[in-house]
Amino acid sequence: MGETPHRSADAGTGGTRVTQSHERPAGASARMAEAPVSTRSPGGTGLGGGGALPRSRKFGAERAFRGLTLAAGTTVLVIIAAIAIFLIAKAVPALRANTENFWSYEGWFPNDPQPKFGIGALAFGTVLSSALALLMAVPVALGIALYLSHYAPRRLGTALGFLVDLLAAVPSVVFGLWGRDIFSSPVRDFSVWLNHHFGWIPLFGGEGPFGASVMLGALVLAIMVLPIITSLSREVFLQTPTANEEAALALGATRWEMLRTAVLPYGRPGIIAATMLGLGRALGETIALALTLGITFGISFNLIQNGGNTIAANIANAFGEANETGRGALIASGLVLFAITLIVNITARAIIYRRREFTESAA
Amino acid sequence: MAKRVSATNVTAYYGGFKAIENINLTVEPKTVTALIGPSGCGKSTFLRSINRMHEVLPGARVEGSLTIDDQDIYDRDVDVTAVRRTIGMVFQRPNPFPTMSIFENVVAGLKLNGVRKKSILEDAAEKALRAANLWGEVKDRLGKPGAGLSGGQQQRLCIARTIAVEPQVVLMDEPCSALDPISTLAIEDLMFQLKDKFTIIIVTHNMQQAARVSDRTAFFSIEKTGDPGRLIEYDNTQKIFSNPSVKKTEDYITGRFG
Repeated sequence: MGETPHRSADAGTGGTRVTQSHERPAGASARMAEAPVSTRSPGGTGLGGGGALPRSRKFGAERAFRGLTLAAGTTVLVIIAAIAIFLIAKAVPALRANTENFWSYEGWFPNDPQPKFGIGALAFGTVLSSALALLMAVPVALGIALYLSHYAPRRLGTALGFLVDLLAAVPSVVFGLWGRDIFSSPVRDFSVWLNHHFGWIPLFGGEGPFGASVMLGALVLAIMVLPIITSLSREVFLQTPTANEEAALALGATRWEMLRTAVLPYGRPGIIAATMLGLGRALGETIALALTLGITFGISFNLIQNGGNTIAANIANAFGEANETGRGALIASGLVLFAITLIVNITARAIIYRRREFTESAA
Repeated sequence: MAKRVSATNVTAYYGGFKAIENINLTVEPKTVTALIGPSGCGKSTFLRSINRMHEVLPGARVEGSLTIDDQDIYDRDVDVTAVRRTIGMVFQRPNPFPTMSIFENVVAGLKLNGVRKKSILEDAAEKALRAANLWGEVKDRLGKPGAGLSGGQQQRLCIARTIAVEPQVVLMDEPCSALDPISTLAIEDLMFQLKDKFTIIIVTHNMQQAARVSDRTAFFSIEKTGDPGRLIEYDNTQKIFSNPSVKKTEDYITGRFG
């Protein structure tokens, strides 16, 4: 093989130097050069074989798969558009019939002959209880995740991680019932204590009764979103390159300093994503809050008095006895919830995007 | 600013596996010492036991005594983070912190030591980057991510990060094995300059590199797979590469084994 092309090259130069009569040997040696190639890949169909390149196939697995993924992607858009059209079509007549300001009225009487309903208190309650839940859940979840990924012995970490995942599988109605029937009494005692000692802070003021409050709802929510945030953060922390952890340790970092220097910054986008997923669950949580909150229609920062309400909890509570306008009003509230979720997600994306230069080079 | 490193009967384990056995060796201040030997002979393990990075791995432990200027670094009362600040380390693959800018990378060690004042950090960063021959290339983009530099620049950034905390000893674990020849040359030049201030111990697979940069060379080897690595010969680099006293060293450096 090695010398065959060499010979044909010689013949080629010979051909240019002399005349046409030399063409034949040059061609012959070229055929010789081809011969071993074709014996190596019989029929010329092998990879990189001689002969013309095969034409690209018009229809094949490649195109079929591309079509499938395109169809799957389009389906999402179609479903979202269909839902949006349905929601808007149902919501608009109810909003037209509303005799009060939809944004500022504190109350929900859409079934009356003169329908009166406002989203302000519900939207406020939704954001307040979710924000409070995240405020309590995120630090605990990050603590658990760091313990599981960097402190616990490997086997214990795996076992505990499994337990945390199990917590995510508990249905929300169970959390709701547990919150209402069992957890509410310690929360009530704690609320009374807070009111007694810190009543001068508006958050913990009021005359009572205490218990079925935003505090209880947010605590139950916090427990519900804990496993999602923990599980995702743990995965992210485990992905920190060992090289970076060792770099921090070799600079003289303690374990905690190493986590702060290498692990937490590396996991930042993941932590934000995990928090957003948790927030998504908290914002949309329905039955657990319908069972634990005191259901009132006022905007108040008081966390411990009976009260509080959210959009989703209100839908669950009011849907049963709603008439046509009532259902439209609830659907309108659903649209607002959708908008809130959208804004939160866009904000999170923006935060991650702002640091893309650093996160992309990390990947 | 440079200290003597002495190992006496150092034996290191990974769980039940004995990786190196009874290493005795003294490294003089302000010299470059190369550790050479076939793969798996324990030279990296020995290097990592000098700044107590070996024990970071689960189940790993070290026996024997390792001193810097007569202070035992494995003493019960010694703060392990202080050991690692005194004995800096550069790793095989460049490992700048991906979320940090060039500047933040260089001063990461200082920040860990509680230095907060911006002017001090800026001065230290410039000094370390100049010492690592990187200042000219990065001075206009200190705020850009460290991971955006080329491999050779990243490794010099890691060296800058290591020397910014002003250690006494700098350990280098095959610092050029992931780099192209030009970047390798830049790092080797750097080692010549750095040995004015630091004691340098370098693990390398590249024998020309050992011959070029080091004053003393230690040859490690193993009998067979599964045996602990041992120090076979330790002498002036000149002697090791021209007239080694042990047959095994000669076989290795002439390429007859390993």
